[in-house]
Amino acid sequence: MIPLAYYIALSAVMFTLGVVGVILRRNALVVFMSLELMFNAANLAFMAFASYYQALSGQMFVIFVMAVAAAEVAVGLALMVAIFKAKKAVDVDEMSSLKG
Amino acid sequence: MLLSEVSLHDPVFRLAPLVIFLPLAGVILNLLIGRRLGELGAGLIACLAGAGAFAVSAALAFGLKSSPEGAIVLIWRWFQVGNLDLNWSLKVDTLSVTMMLVVSGVGTLIHIYATRYMHSDVRHHHEPGRYTRFFVFFNLFLAAMMVLVSADNFLMLFVGWEGVGLCSYLLIGFWFEGGEGGLGNARAAKKAFVVNRIGDFGLLIAIFIMLGAFGSLEFSRVFAAAPAVTATAPGVVLAITLFMLLGVTGKSAQLPLFVWLPDAMAGPTPVSALIHAATMVTAGVYLVARSQPLFVQAPLAADVVLWVGAITALFAGTIAVGQYDIKKVLAYSTISQLGFMVAAVGMGAVVAGMFHLITHAFFKALLFLAAGSVILALEEADHGHDLQDAQDMRVMGGLRSRLPVTFWTFLIGALALSGLVPLAGFFSKDEILVAAQQKSPAVFIILLAAAFLTAFYMARQVFLVFFGRPRSGAAEHARENPPLITVPLIALALLSIFGGVLNLPGVHTLEHWLEHSLNVTPAKFVLWIALVSLAVLAAAVTLAWLLYGRKPRATAREADPLAARLGGLYRALEARWKVDEFYSWLVVRPFERAAEFLSSIFDLKLINGLGDGLGALVQSLSTAASRIQNGFVRSYTLVFLVGVTAILAYLLLR
Repeated sequence: MIPLAYYIALSAVMFTLGVVGVILRRNALVVFMSLELMFNAANLAFMAFASYYQALSGQMFVIFVMAVAAAEVAVGLALMVAIFKAKKAVDVDEMSSLKG
Repeated sequence: MLLSEVSLHDPVFRLAPLVIFLPLAGVILNLLIGRRLGELGAGLIACLAGAGAFAVSAALAFGLKSSPEGAIVLIWRWFQVGNLDLNWSLKVDTLSVTMMLVVSGVGTLIHIYATRYMHSDVRHHHEPGRYTRFFVFFNLFLAAMMVLVSADNFLMLFVGWEGVGLCSYLLIGFWFEGGEGGLGNARAAKKAFVVNRIGDFGLLIAIFIMLGAFGSLEFSRVFAAAPAVTATAPGVVLAITLFMLLGVTGKSAQLPLFVWLPDAMAGPTPVSALIHAATMVTAGVYLVARSQPLFVQAPLAADVVLWVGAITALFAGTIAVGQYDIKKVLAYSTISQLGFMVAAVGMGAVVAGMFHLITHAFFKALLFLAAGSVILALEEADHGHDLQDAQDMRVMGGLRSRLPVTFWTFLIGALALSGLVPLAGFFSKDEILVAAQQKSPAVFIILLAAAFLTAFYMARQVFLVFFGRPRSGAAEHARENPPLITVPLIALALLSIFGGVLNLPGVHTLEHWLEHSLNVTPAKFVLWIALVSLAVLAAAVTLAWLLYGRKPRATAREADPLAARLGGLYRALEARWKVDEFYSWLVVRPFERAAEFLSSIFDLKLINGLGDGLGALVQSLSTAASRIQNGFVRSYTLVFLVGVTAILAYLLLR
């Protein structure tokens, strides 16, 4: 049996990588990938705890997260396409016309 | 309209509300259709309204003859708050009916006169459309004055009091675009209104105190409770009467609030005659006479009233000597005569005061109307438009032969005012002088001096206006006015001659008449006082003849013969003792400076600065805050992350 702490540590590392990716990268696609990384870090933590506590609710949540993430990606990618059509780029820093 | 009676012994008393509603009907009719009817119709309506009110007043007087205790006629219940129950009800007693007769009688004559006078006046001012408006205001004044004199409680009296003040304002400012700099008349109207407001404030305070102390405003209840209240709280009645006096000094143009009346001459002459000589300004005298039971309880206040009246009588008399405006002389004379009346009611000689009020209404209305006739004749004869001021006595002269009716009636009015036996003014003034002599020698001397001045300035005026040679082209070509002008003059002249019959020594008709509503001390006739007052009259007229009659002024520019003899004193009289300047320095200027400070420093700098500063602060704050929203999603994320981390850290580590 691999100890719970290992899963948590991996999950934390993945989440941090995701956060750093979202903050630092300018390519919108990479930002999406980093987001997915964060989702999956959360999923991993859910699964680890679910198996540790022998509870089904954790697994159920993972299903939900996957479904929501899929929907979010679909919307996000559609947005990306629209933005790319307008700006010929997917650089998130280019999308700053709402600044105060 | 709900008509019921409290105590009606005579059905004629039921007519009483008509004295208010007839003039009011005149107002409404003229407002609605006056313009369409034209001058004849509008004037007729106004005159009929006045005459109707006079007829009703006369009917009431006949009713009072058979049942002199009078009645209270309820028109409708006004309001009821707590214990206070106020009605619109008319007090029909000998005092109020006397006032009604004077107001509607003299008022109707002036209305008739005004139909012709205003015909010329509106043409002279190139605005014929205002004819109807004049009569609307005039009838409104009659209605308000009737409310004032017929009220049976102080609040209703106050409504009338304010109503006549409003009409006075409207009529002084009738030619509101006229006067000095196009603002003079409007300013005069405003001044009259503001000064009256100070007085009205006093009356209002008096009413409030009365409400607190007596719990009622009805004359009968207040007067019945006055002795009891005085016994427990003597200061209350004193305060009421003193505040009431402030109202009297405002409305009746006494010291220190008399300054508005001379300026009020900016109104058309019939207005001066009706409102500022015969009726409205006597409201203060009526108020004191009506409140006699209160003043009896406050002898100190009565003494103050007495002295205010006496000093005003002398003070205004001196100013009248130095005036050249034919109406201003009469205005100061009115103030002086009102001083006589106020002094009379102050010393408790209420009948003498009321008697003088009535006779004064006759001859002062006559004098004003005759002066108006002179002004009108001059304006109509002024074909070359070279007359700067048709009211300046210096440009008149020699009008005796040119305006015979006006001259004789003016002379009768002047002699009646001066107190020549057996004209009306002699008896009424004599009664006041006798009462003064019994009350206090000092007041007697003051009033005698005022009587001397009265005779002097009236003689001066007669000499200046009617004698000598004409001093202008207009005076040269002046012609007598048509009968609509002269007939009211003749009627008033007859009243001025025979007015003394009302209260002849030994008969005392008025005294027995007023006995039913007032506490009357029988008047006496003292021969030596009558002789002294006649001697004073003779001396004054002789002096005036020596100065103005013997060698009449030849040109309009000449200095007044008194100016050389009295020097600085005369200049002070001419400048009206600089009272207006003094008030301007004391009240108006500081007030304006305070307003200037409040508007330019306090409002513009402080209040405005506060608003502007707040706006600038919010703006700079929001500019700083808007920098956070830089449009970079990644920096939002960073803030989001830091925030979540901080919250989590707090939750975990607390």
